[in-house]
Amino acid sequence: MSATTLAAAPPAGRARVTLRLVLAGAILLLALLPALNRLPADAALHVSDFTIAVTGKWITYAILALSIDLAWGYAGILSLGHGAFFALGGYAIGMHLMRLIGPRGVYGHPVLPDFMVFLGWPELPWYWWGFQHFPFALLMALFVPGLLALVVGWLAFRSRITGVYLSILTQAMTYALMLAFFRNDMGFGGNNGFTDFKELLGMPLNTGNARAVLFYASLAALLGCLWLCARITASKLGRVLVAIRDAESRIRFLGYDVTQHKLFVFVLSAMMAGLAGALYVPQVGIINPGEFSPGNSIEAVVWVAVGGRGTLAGALLGAFSVNALKTWLTTVAPEFWLFVLGGIFVAVTLFLPRGLVGLLDRRGTGR
Amino acid sequence: MSESSQAVLPMERPPVLGRPRPPRSDAVLYLDGVSVVFDGFRALNNLSLIVEQGELRAVIGPNGAGKTTMMDVITGKTRPTEGVVQFRDIDLTRLDEAAIANLGIGRKFQKPTVFDALTVFENLELALKAPRNPWACLRWMLSGEARDRIAATLAEIGLTARAGDRAAILSHGQRQWLEIGMLLMQDPEVLLVDEPVAGMTDQETEHTAALLRRIADGRRSVVVVEHDLEFVRALGCKVTVLCEGAMLSEGSIDHVQNDPRVVEVYLGR
Amino acid sequence: MAARLPGSCMKHRSIGLLLLVLAVLLPGVAVSAQQQDAFAAQVAALAGGFAQQAEAVERLGASGDPRALPILRALSEGRLRKLPDGIVLEPGAEAPSEAEAIRINNRVRQALRGALGRLSIVSPDPAERLAAAEAVFRSRSAENVPLLETALAREGVPRIRAQMELALAASRLVATDESVKRAAIARLGGSGSTDARALLLEARAANPSLLLEIEAATAAIDRQLAIRRTGETLFQGLSLGSVLLLAALGLAVTFGVMGVINMAHGEFVMLGAYTTFVVQEACRGVPWLLPWSLPLSIPAAFLVAALAGAALERGLIRHLYGRPLETLLMTFGVGMILQQAVRIAFGAQNREVLSPAWMQGTITLPWIGVPVTQNRLWIIVFGLLVFALVVAAIRFTRFGLEMRAVVQNRRIAATMGIRTGRVDALTFAFGSGIAGMAGVALSQIDNVSPNLGTGYIIDSFMVVVFGGVGSLAGTLVGAFTLGVVNKVLEPWAGAVLAKVAVLVALMLFIQRRPRGLFALKGRAAEA
Repeated sequence: MSATTLAAAPPAGRARVTLRLVLAGAILLLALLPALNRLPADAALHVSDFTIAVTGKWITYAILALSIDLAWGYAGILSLGHGAFFALGGYAIGMHLMRLIGPRGVYGHPVLPDFMVFLGWPELPWYWWGFQHFPFALLMALFVPGLLALVVGWLAFRSRITGVYLSILTQAMTYALMLAFFRNDMGFGGNNGFTDFKELLGMPLNTGNARAVLFYASLAALLGCLWLCARITASKLGRVLVAIRDAESRIRFLGYDVTQHKLFVFVLSAMMAGLAGALYVPQVGIINPGEFSPGNSIEAVVWVAVGGRGTLAGALLGAFSVNALKTWLTTVAPEFWLFVLGGIFVAVTLFLPRGLVGLLDRRGTGR
Repeated sequence: MSESSQAVLPMERPPVLGRPRPPRSDAVLYLDGVSVVFDGFRALNNLSLIVEQGELRAVIGPNGAGKTTMMDVITGKTRPTEGVVQFRDIDLTRLDEAAIANLGIGRKFQKPTVFDALTVFENLELALKAPRNPWACLRWMLSGEARDRIAATLAEIGLTARAGDRAAILSHGQRQWLEIGMLLMQDPEVLLVDEPVAGMTDQETEHTAALLRRIADGRRSVVVVEHDLEFVRALGCKVTVLCEGAMLSEGSIDHVQNDPRVVEVYLGR
Repeated sequence: MAARLPGSCMKHRSIGLLLLVLAVLLPGVAVSAQQQDAFAAQVAALAGGFAQQAEAVERLGASGDPRALPILRALSEGRLRKLPDGIVLEPGAEAPSEAEAIRINNRVRQALRGALGRLSIVSPDPAERLAAAEAVFRSRSAENVPLLETALAREGVPRIRAQMELALAASRLVATDESVKRAAIARLGGSGSTDARALLLEARAANPSLLLEIEAATAAIDRQLAIRRTGETLFQGLSLGSVLLLAALGLAVTFGVMGVINMAHGEFVMLGAYTTFVVQEACRGVPWLLPWSLPLSIPAAFLVAALAGAALERGLIRHLYGRPLETLLMTFGVGMILQQAVRIAFGAQNREVLSPAWMQGTITLPWIGVPVTQNRLWIIVFGLLVFALVVAAIRFTRFGLEMRAVVQNRRIAATMGIRTGRVDALTFAFGSGIAGMAGVALSQIDNVSPNLGTGYIIDSFMVVVFGGVGSLAGTLVGAFTLGVVNKVLEPWAGAVLAKVAVLVALMLFIQRRPRGLFALKGRAAEA
């Protein structure tokens, strides 16, 4: 049997129930965090601002992980370009946030962001039009990654570019975007990207209130994406995707248009990644071309691998556990983090092909 | 790869024009002058074949005779270097695998390939004739009628008890059956069946022969590629013998078995 | 030893004799006794009043006499001394205590500037002569004609001669004689220089009668410039192509032939570059070895990277055969670890690898006149050599035969007694070793830093995919095509957009030929 099917089996029986309970508990716990943040600082259950900020960031990472899992774990599309979709979503919201700065920028220009004034641009380029409206920006955060995925996916899937070729193609895509966004004349702030945001939807950023709102928005988005993914994977479409993953050439002979199905899931997945990026940027307060770096995308893939691809809980578990480890390790021993991360890549592929969920499953079913 | 088809040198090929074209009255599948060349190697060499509606046809031939390549050409996996391949009046050489399958041409592979990660039931459900676009798949609800059809097929292929099991844990013979079952679920007009009884017991082989005979009921056509001559005899149908990519002989099993050319290249050894 | 200039008393040896000997020794420089006297007189006048000095300086400058150069230079730098009796001492000589520096005023200084500029055209230093010829070309005054003629008669270096002729033509262009001008225009037209073109355009107004000639000459220059630009672009493209080729060749073996996707390939290139650095540092103790540290690095880098590759294949990759996506992720992790290890061992900053003297500098390619840097030229040669080596190794050695056998049919190869595991390890080590050698070349043109390899890995994959996986010839053609296309696009689109455009074009190309330029056909390709 091909190794790809190792990840195919979602946990069965008791393990599945345990997993769902754990998941529900974890989400409930997450939902409590901002409330605990409101407790007085000396209360036993007080949660620090830092924790809220970091956890909120992880939730957006979890959405990204879900999107990768949907494409890779179910449809077998190992995209190394989801970081790019994430970053594009972030840039879309970043553009909105930049427009909202208005005359409060360093140069005090009523319309142009600082970097454009600095570069001596006379007016807003056409692709910045409309970004002063939040709904438009949010739409773009979904639409632009979706469109890119549609174009790249259509070119790739109809040529039957699969497996590592597709991975490298998507990596080249994010690499090209990184190079492009580093350029000043692209109109996206070049090297420095966007930062110094002031407000969103009328609420000043960097306040406890804004943090809580963004946190809950992220959590809601995560739940929405989780519901959507669960709906897809439980449907016949989910089974078609699994069939494509395991025997792409076979399912064509059953009359399924593989290109169509892959494109559907790839575009949807890219839009989810874009949404994650859109929620991420206001929380961390910065977006720059570094987000496009191929390393970011592949790191996100490893979250999914660690958690267990082909299971939705695995994606979440991986995103939270690897990032928790990263946050902890980069404070106590930053120079070791890359060794550990590299080690995770090696260990998970060699010893844990089904990820942490697979481990749980083995215990749960006594295999 | 299909895209690699190249212009070929017209060497050692009889002129096509001078030959009478096969009649195509009731033809469901119509192949004429089909050649497939891989890097100078002729997998099919000017092959012509007609399968009529409702016909059961056995195709035999030694290894490398081009049997599987012929199926590849019909199902769109391989593009012919030259020649005509038609399903009724539709040119198959321009369509991809999925489109051809949706026209009503089903195929069972030599090496059974079922979807290991899915259960037997799910495998059949995937094959069931229904709209195949992503949105329809997402909205798909299993109707009572569909459930009945799957149940009937499960009974037919003897896998009712295993409906909830993953295909990965089936035995080789059961996988063969499952794949035949998936073929039935597609409700195709033409079934291309590649070595259906490999790895089956005698009893299963008999059962399969009966099943295939039943399927070719006047509406559906079945093309069976097989090595097992006893099985072919049990089918009791017209036999086409392929050799080196071309048709060597055609007729009843007794006819081809007595054809000296067939005896020489195939049966005599 | 003290020495005095002509006319000095006996206890200071006159340099007159010395100069005479020098003049005889210099081929083609026969200085008559009369000239000798004139020269001596002018030098003596340098000790006189400011007006006298200035006149002498002008005369010496116009003489084009190489002997005047060191003297005037010393004068301008305040190093020229005279004895109280007005005898000028040879510059640089040990002066007696009573000697005093000759003083000059601004007028003399100005005269000196002009004279020195003209005289450096006969300087013994070729670089100085060339610079002077270029300066004269730009100053273009009819007065320079005699000076240039003298200098030209003496000049032996072709490149400087050419520049002098150009300067002469430029100077003659402002002369009066129509036919002289005509010849000068023709000469300038043949120069292929942008300066000459500007000069000609400027001369249009002053010479309405020669407009046709001038037009023809500028057109000729434009043609030459276009050819040269094309040549330059082509060379840059080939240079980039050779870098891509080096980076991709190892990948063509590990990915193309073996089908193993190794994302740590770039890190093997990086290891090769650091090996070059280490070898260089080791050679510092042995001065005669230092110029050869780069050639020595080639086998060293091959070995280091090959060993790392063999370890990676035997230790890790072998367990993931048939699982390309996992291999991709795993090797990416390995690359991360390697990068961080090097960062800790050598620091995050760039390390400097010197080019040996024989690789430095620029040479002008014959017949198109394109200047190319030597190290780039060497890298092209090296890239082609490594390519030939790889092809030969695969085609003509026992190892190559076994490798091809294993790739084509592992099981049958095993039954023939080939130890497939060993062949896998060797093949992978071979491909990794080539990456190491690429690192040696890259250390010459790129920063040796821990993330050296990351910039090349994607390009390398593109080259291999574009050329056709499994085809070494495809890799060669792919590398040079991508290199040249990139450089051709660069002037229009800028370096970054050119790269983006190439990536997009490649995606579209894969649409037409999903298996690359040199696709394997038939059943082998179906596998």
